[in-house]
Amino acid sequence: MQAKPRLLTVLDTVTAVLFVVATAMVFFYAPEEAVMGQVQRVFYFHVSAGWVGMLGFLVAAIAGIAFLRTGRRDWDIAGLAAVEIGMVFAFINIVTGSIWARPIWNTWWTWDPRLTTATIMELIYAAYLMLRSGIEDPDRRARFGAVYAIIGFLSVPLTFFSARLFRTIHPVVIGTNEPGAQGAFDMTPPMLQTFMFSLFTFSVFFADLLWHRVRLGKLADRVEQLKLKTMS
Amino acid sequence: MLFLQQGPADTLTFMIAGYAVIFGVILIYLVSLAVRDRNFKQDIEVLKEFEDQDK
Repeated sequence: MQAKPRLLTVLDTVTAVLFVVATAMVFFYAPEEAVMGQVQRVFYFHVSAGWVGMLGFLVAAIAGIAFLRTGRRDWDIAGLAAVEIGMVFAFINIVTGSIWARPIWNTWWTWDPRLTTATIMELIYAAYLMLRSGIEDPDRRARFGAVYAIIGFLSVPLTFFSARLFRTIHPVVIGTNEPGAQGAFDMTPPMLQTFMFSLFTFSVFFADLLWHRVRLGKLADRVEQLKLKTMS
Repeated sequence: MLFLQQGPADTLTFMIAGYAVIFGVILIYLVSLAVRDRNFKQDIEVLKEFEDQDK
């Protein structure tokens, strides 16, 4: 078992500090939105969580390509780690979006293109985990996982662009909103700063979690190898 | 109706619920990482003992 690297401890500390500052900015620096009120503050971490979700799935696709090219197990471990983290944050994104929607859209859920594609994306990666758990041979599991992560990634740009390509009530941050978008607002400079800082914080948080999860994956791999060795 | 009112809407409860979900899910995930880490380390110790007994 490898000792925890010093750099990882530094990254843990930096992440914790950034997270505290981002949270303080959300609650004490960003002003209350004039129409939606306090619930608008959910936006900062809602979008950041969605970003980390998509980033996780992108990393998984890249790791999948790298695994198929090199055959190194490390890439398989990284791919699984990225999917797991991506799923956690995509889940946060979907649930917080639903909570925001209740007072703004007057409903917890609607089958709007953005909400629908985000849900499909989450389910695609849930199926990735189920597929992996159903394959015992580690090499075969890694190969299938890599191909699945690459193909599954198609759902990510579809989700990202769904609010721009289809008629939707979901507002967008980058680009112009559909005429029917409900809940859009103009960001004041403190709001924009808080938003950008939250995105940065969540990106660092992702790197930190990925490192921890890869280390955990290596431990799991070691356990699997020892079990195979003991049984043979 | 929200957009016809004067002044910000009273949506504090929803904001609290949103951040409870964010911090709650993150905390659960961090705990799950710690628990799995501990379990795998224990498994490795046990499996190594088996391995040593077989030698």
